[in-house]
Amino acid sequence: MIYAITIYGEAGVFEALPKERQDEIMLGHGALQDALKGRGEFVSMKLMPPTSAVMVEPAKNDSAAPLITDGPFADTKENFLGFYAADFKDLDEALEYAKMISSPVARLEVRPVAWAGGSISSE
Amino acid sequence: MSDWLEATFAQHRPRAIAALTRIFRDIDAAEEAFADACGKALTAWTNDGAPREPMAWLLTTARNAGRDRLRKSKRQAEILSRHTEEFQPVPAETPDPNEMRDDVLRLLFICCHPELDRRDQIAIALRVVVGLSVEEIASGFLVKPKTMEQRITRAKKKIASSPVAFKTPSPAERGTRLGEVSLMIYLMFSEGWSTSAGPEQMRLPLCEEAIRLARLLVALFPAMGEQVALLALLLLQHSRRGARLDTTGRLVALDDQDRSLWIRAEIAEATALLQKAERIGHRGVYVIQAAIAAAHARASSPAETDWALIESHYAALYALQPTPVVRLNQIAAQAKLYGPHHALQTMEELADDLSNYRWFHAMRGGLLQETGDHKTAIAAFETVLTLYPTTPECIAVKDKIAASEKELRSL
Repeated sequence: MIYAITIYGEAGVFEALPKERQDEIMLGHGALQDALKGRGEFVSMKLMPPTSAVMVEPAKNDSAAPLITDGPFADTKENFLGFYAADFKDLDEALEYAKMISSPVARLEVRPVAWAGGSISSE
Repeated sequence: MSDWLEATFAQHRPRAIAALTRIFRDIDAAEEAFADACGKALTAWTNDGAPREPMAWLLTTARNAGRDRLRKSKRQAEILSRHTEEFQPVPAETPDPNEMRDDVLRLLFICCHPELDRRDQIAIALRVVVGLSVEEIASGFLVKPKTMEQRITRAKKKIASSPVAFKTPSPAERGTRLGEVSLMIYLMFSEGWSTSAGPEQMRLPLCEEAIRLARLLVALFPAMGEQVALLALLLLQHSRRGARLDTTGRLVALDDQDRSLWIRAEIAEATALLQKAERIGHRGVYVIQAAIAAAHARASSPAETDWALIESHYAALYALQPTPVVRLNQIAAQAKLYGPHHALQTMEELADDLSNYRWFHAMRGGLLQETGDHKTAIAAFETVLTLYPTTPECIAVKDKIAASEKELRSL
């Protein structure tokens, strides 16, 4: 089963941490990436800040085009920050891996996902 | 534990102080109330975990704490008389985003008090809005903490008497405020990026705070192209920080920078932001400047730089902002297209206006070197040295003088 480890937190809080704490958190991500690399395929994505987003709102009616707006007002609540996805034996195994990136600035959700196709690579 | 709490407080501070300033009509009262709320959060959140909506929690707690504090203080009568209805205990509620964005803009605008000099505007914004300590700000401006303390105290007195209206601004007022505040943020970044003089070239904390404030503006005003572009511009500049000085502390010109040291993730984010700003349509000064910076960022080597595009951007910028410095940059782009002789001739028109601008003479020296007129080039570089360059600039200029002297000897 493919599980996604999705990361939620407040945008900007990580950046406001002292450098040593940022490094500590990134160490967890490095370890997770290495571990996942060691056991097979995985993907991970970090979402850029919501300020760089553009929204596609549903069309008002059947004949209208979808409405493109300049992005949400970034509210002060939690945001979706990024995710990992890999094939795990079961939920317990996925949770073990998720623990590697647990930190006070992030809330993690571990959720099964269905493969829906495509492939992507970067640089 | 407390590190991430501090980071959370820092993240919420600008919005919270802004809302509390509207509520209490007094910046000191707002700062005290916010400090009280953070103190309470330290205990409460450590014991019970953070609330799902920390901002609403902090704001409500600060509001109630501020009210209690005012009841006991001597200033009570004075402040209560300004605004009475706010002083009832309030239930926790999510702040209204529309009101919040005008609050933050107003607070930043108050910091841009016209009677304060630019550096004091920046200092007060860093103290009140960002919440940096006096020591941190002093080190940002390379002055003694005591001096900075006095300057901030004076500036605070001035802004306390600011006649800024607290009602919702009209679109025109909002536009004026955004313009003023954006310029202050731009200058905060510039101050950090290119120190006016002294031993250091960059003071990155100032650049980082400017970027944080630019992000805040974009979060609050996502449909304002100029503010989106300002953030893109700052990110593009900042992405080059690791390549600007070599290992010996020498300033490295753009053409000579190791482009592999430019931070790709920041360039990618800035590029996305610029595309968004360009979609919005209005081509203001920040959109154009960001487009210029993006053209440099796109080129994987100096030879691949699209100088014709950059020249046309500078021409557009000059139409909006007809200053000698913009014109000089346009001529620098023309030099790449039409050669040094053409540029040297054209830049004569700026000789009087920019006689004290060290970059004018540095550029002239470089172009003269290209034409082989090393004697005049040396004179131009020597003029740079009389115009208080920073230490890294000084070393770079002396290198150029030495190179020209070597050429002269070999003739």
